[in-house]
Amino acid sequence: MKRRDFIKKSIGAGLFTGSLLSMGSYGKVFANTVNNSAANYDLVAIKGGEPDKMFEKAMEAMGGMSKYVKPGQKVVVKPNIGWDVVPEKAANTNPKLVSAIIKQCYEAGASKVYVFDHTCDEWRKTYNNSGIERAAKDAGATVAPGHTESYYQPVSIPQGKTLKEAKEHELILESDVFINVPILKDHNSARMTIAMKNLMGVIWDRSFWHRNGLHQCIADFASYRQPDLNIVDAYRVMLRNGPRGVSVNDVTTMKYQIISDDIVAADASSAKIFGSDERVPHIKMGDEMGYGQADLSKLNIGRLKM
Amino acid sequence: MKKYKVLKKIRVLISLVFLVLLGGFFLDFLGTFSTGFITGFVFPQFVPSLLKFFNVFTWVATGFIVVLILTLLFGRVYCSTICPLGIMQDVISWLRRRFRKRKKPNYHYLKALHWLRYGIVGATLAFLASGSVIVLSIFDPYSTFGRIVSDLFRPLLTRGNNLLSGILKNFDIYGLYHVDLQPLHIGVMAIPLAFLIAVVWMSLTSGRLYCNTVCPVGTFLGLVSKLSLFQIRLNPNSCTKCGICEKRCKANCIDTKNMRVDFDRCVGCFNCLQSCPFSAAEYSLNPLYKKLTLPEPSASPIPNTSASGKEGVGDKASHHKTDVGKRKFLAGIALAFFSVTKLSKAQELVSYNATTPVKRENPVSPPGADSTDRFNDACTACHLCVNVCPTQVLQPSLLEYGLRGLMQPRMDYHAGFCNYDCVACTEVCPTGAILPLLLEDKKRVQLGKAQFVKENCIVETEGTDCGSCSEHCPTKAVDMVDYKNGLRIPEVTEDICVGCGACEYACPTHPYKAIYVEGNPVHLQAQKPKQEKVKREEPEEDFPF
Repeated sequence: MKRRDFIKKSIGAGLFTGSLLSMGSYGKVFANTVNNSAANYDLVAIKGGEPDKMFEKAMEAMGGMSKYVKPGQKVVVKPNIGWDVVPEKAANTNPKLVSAIIKQCYEAGASKVYVFDHTCDEWRKTYNNSGIERAAKDAGATVAPGHTESYYQPVSIPQGKTLKEAKEHELILESDVFINVPILKDHNSARMTIAMKNLMGVIWDRSFWHRNGLHQCIADFASYRQPDLNIVDAYRVMLRNGPRGVSVNDVTTMKYQIISDDIVAADASSAKIFGSDERVPHIKMGDEMGYGQADLSKLNIGRLKM
Repeated sequence: MKKYKVLKKIRVLISLVFLVLLGGFFLDFLGTFSTGFITGFVFPQFVPSLLKFFNVFTWVATGFIVVLILTLLFGRVYCSTICPLGIMQDVISWLRRRFRKRKKPNYHYLKALHWLRYGIVGATLAFLASGSVIVLSIFDPYSTFGRIVSDLFRPLLTRGNNLLSGILKNFDIYGLYHVDLQPLHIGVMAIPLAFLIAVVWMSLTSGRLYCNTVCPVGTFLGLVSKLSLFQIRLNPNSCTKCGICEKRCKANCIDTKNMRVDFDRCVGCFNCLQSCPFSAAEYSLNPLYKKLTLPEPSASPIPNTSASGKEGVGDKASHHKTDVGKRKFLAGIALAFFSVTKLSKAQELVSYNATTPVKRENPVSPPGADSTDRFNDACTACHLCVNVCPTQVLQPSLLEYGLRGLMQPRMDYHAGFCNYDCVACTEVCPTGAILPLLLEDKKRVQLGKAQFVKENCIVETEGTDCGSCSEHCPTKAVDMVDYKNGLRIPEVTEDICVGCGACEYACPTHPYKAIYVEGNPVHLQAQKPKQEKVKREEPEEDFPF
């Protein structure tokens, strides 16, 4: 450990214990955290609560946000903000969840939290109508645009079979921590969209993916940049007509949430909640490429209910 | 003179409000203004309001009546307070004087070019009578202003914004953001550019020459202003023929030598009134009405009124003389235009060179157009809808509609697609070419029908999943159905398709698209997508893994 790191970490630790002391009885929350992190889950699944409450509890079980976000770090939170529809239509990540995540990032000491997506519908209307712009700003995040090529920088994907290069949003490149916050829903092209598919919102030329084998491209890109954390919103789930949906009749309330730092595991487990992972080729591809585990029996899974 | 100074101040104030706001509406590339606010300030624009009144029959479109009443009372004050193109010319002349030694204007009386003035009005009316608004669109000052600002200045401002936002983003400032520019066809830009050059040149040399020779609204309101209750005239008892008022008159309509004001060319700027050192320039009751209200003639006004009466007769006589030639001239123009307006419309190539070329037979008109024919005959191409459209799908066309739809907006599915939950264009259209629509109704309007071209589709040609079109479809009129080798391929259910063009926009094939929207010449009503609540077995008590 370098001296500078030592100083940083000891200051961090000092702040942490100090804040624990100042919190009084709330400190027990963290005491709990420490116990749970001992369990060292690969994945935590939770059901039965509101999106923000489920997140708080599940994150605790994962070891707390401070395990992923260190003081002073820049964090980018990437929800699914694809469509110009209201939260009830479940085409975009739940704004309450986005808000809760941002707050915890700041509590963990993040210097700055960014939120963006490369939307499918007109981006300003989509940011607004999804409720995410308001929620993110209220939580203190910087909401950044992703609608033009000028925000994207070329990167190469060494492990990619089809996708060898892409243009990635500069905020992903510049941030220290990347939190991927997809919503689980039906998807007409990708069969289902979860965490791996959500990464399509951080790149520019999506049509290349569509032209050249969508599933392989999805799997290829995830090999290049693993999010530090994947938080799958399965509170309201669109079961058909995805990814945009036609009406609220496509949506059912399931009240699930999955958190994992393994993107393939997050997708495999979410797909099981949806129905089956058999029909989602890119999950299998991701597993075969070796950067994630689709076989859930090999993982240490925390299962919580509220 | 003091009271006249107040008049001028009021005029300048109101005119600046209109210029700044209308300029703002047409420059706005960020969607700053609400559609209601825009509608409120576009309300008194003469031509759009007149057209809307006949297109929609609504009290909301009575702005032109207000203008007519104002003109009947005060003369062409519209031209100096409400018309953005007129005010813009005043600003140009004012700026020019700022950079000159001579700070005071130095105009002089010009004879009216009646053949041109009435020629343009005649051509406009002839075409209107035939059901075409093309001449009116080209010459309407409001629409001309809209096109100049929207097609020429807005792209410049957007470029500036993009430059600045590119710099600011490095400092984490996202308040300004990049705005994509849709390149305009050079032919679309040519007309506003020509008019801009003409207007600037005329305002630099002779003040409101444009308004008094070219503008059909100016000419028409001039005719109305002959009946105005109040008119500007020189009082022969106090006028010394010093010529100061003539120099100040940007309408070039004061003939001090003969102590005469051609009030039908007066734009109501009131500059003459406050400039006259002898208070001889008066804003007073029209002698037409003086005669009615004051039956007993007093000594001085008699020769005055009789003189002006003579002149009136003389004017009329000269009109009659030119009438024959004028009529032939008009008929000539009209014939020429008739023959071209009905020319076949250009077919729009969906793409450039590929396996299966795709051609759109009919252009797609915006929601609320009702039918392409009705739309083409009602739109003056002011491009306000192009400005407020959040997805930029509305783009000015060149010949996609044929010549009759020159510069009118069409749905350009290469630039964007129609947002399912948006009726912005229907809310702002000042002419009623795009009729107002409730959101629920708009979601059922079928602008066109998606056409699937299997031979171009990636699923067919590459043997891989795609589904981009279906993803974007708001009604699932484009759905993915089982195909060979576990793949799924698009299938179109035409009766629930609204023709929004999301599928066409999103289709990644090139050079040709594998799906495109064929326009409905007459808009139809789409069926509602079937919607039973999705069923799902109760989730198990425990986790499925």
